[in-house]
Amino acid sequence: MAAIAPQTLEEKPVAVESQSKSITLRISKFNPKTESNRNFVDFTIPYKKWTTVLDAILVVKENFDHSVGVRYSCRQSSCGSCGMKINGKPALACYTKISELNSNTITVEPMDNFPIIRDLVVSFERMFSAHKKLKPYIISEDSEITKDTKEFLQTPEDVEKYLQFSNCIKCGLCNSACPTMATDSSFIGPQALAQAYRYVADNRDKGKNDRLKIIDDSHGIWRCHFAGSCSKVCPKGVDPAMAIQLLRGYLLGFRK
Amino acid sequence: MEKQTNREGIKGWLNPTRYGIERFAYWLMRLTGLGLLAYFVAHIIETSTIVDGKDAWDKMLELTQTTEGHIILALVIGMSVFHTVNGIRVMLGQGGIGVGKPGRPDYPYNKPASLNNKHKLCIYASIGLAALAMLYGLQVMFGV
Ligand code: SF4
Ligand code: FES
Repeated sequence: MAAIAPQTLEEKPVAVESQSKSITLRISKFNPKTESNRNFVDFTIPYKKWTTVLDAILVVKENFDHSVGVRYSCRQSSCGSCGMKINGKPALACYTKISELNSNTITVEPMDNFPIIRDLVVSFERMFSAHKKLKPYIISEDSEITKDTKEFLQTPEDVEKYLQFSNCIKCGLCNSACPTMATDSSFIGPQALAQAYRYVADNRDKGKNDRLKIIDDSHGIWRCHFAGSCSKVCPKGVDPAMAIQLLRGYLLGFRK
Repeated sequence: MEKQTNREGIKGWLNPTRYGIERFAYWLMRLTGLGLLAYFVAHIIETSTIVDGKDAWDKMLELTQTTEGHIILALVIGMSVFHTVNGIRVMLGQGGIGVGKPGRPDYPYNKPASLNNKHKLCIYASIGLAALAMLYGLQVMFGV
């Protein structure tokens, strides 16, 4: 790892509001196609109370190094694109305020346990295929749009059984924090397991047995050791650790 | 391979500091598990000396009567107690017991129900009980 000399906004004649506070933003730069090692490049960035890590990265892109690879879209923790390791922990860059990190140096790196595409961008291919494998949709013979447009009525209590799990934005932070994902390349992962529970808990769904069969595998649900790190980092309150243990309850016969 | 997949690898679970007390308990559970496995192997080697006669057996027993032997045995006591008590917590949790009820999550979504105070309390209790058992063992072995 090599650190390149820091760059500051003052060195460039760009019109950015003068700020009293600033931090050093250390960005991991790495292109696996052309390089063999990661480099860290330092930038001095001014910030305000509400400046997010993503804002700071975009200042770098605008003023110093437009080649920094970063994925983002909504900038409001809704699309799940901007997950990265911020000071050693996976978090959404658009949801992490610099002022809350209590550090003069902020290091941003690509999330662990995902292949790096470039710089801060990782590939979600495996996570999405695990998600897809667990049939993330309602399985039912009935249909709302046929048979006299019959409605599927659910009480608020029925909805609460799966609502929090449907908050998942597929950001991958949970898979990045999971200690099993760190060593088992075939583990389904907390993201997909939580989604399996989301549909199993929905009383419109009839696919419980199909999904339980898929996760009852040597690299499936039994690999979770309830370290809880997935729930700790989840930015949407999904609580994958809870979903996984409740799901396991069905396989162990504690739940029907 | 590791580089391509960017997996954290074994160092992912070697660092217990980033994700709260639950991750610390996970780390300690693994360490105590490995420690107990090592003790189990050493114990088999130790007791197998009996096939070499009384002298060999007595010599081996003497080893456990040293200060180092007492400290190792105290650690074994601590590891067994933590691994058992925390193991019961993990087993109950893994059956979906005490992990909270699904509900409507509230902003800022930083209080996951599965990482609740009951679990935290059990973890602190397992560490506390292990420490107490170790102290008791040391007291018996050193006779203070
Ligand atoms: S469960 Fe949470 S952390 Fe995991 S992908 Fe969904 S929103 Fe992200
Ligand atoms: S940019 Fe959409 S979640 Fe951060």
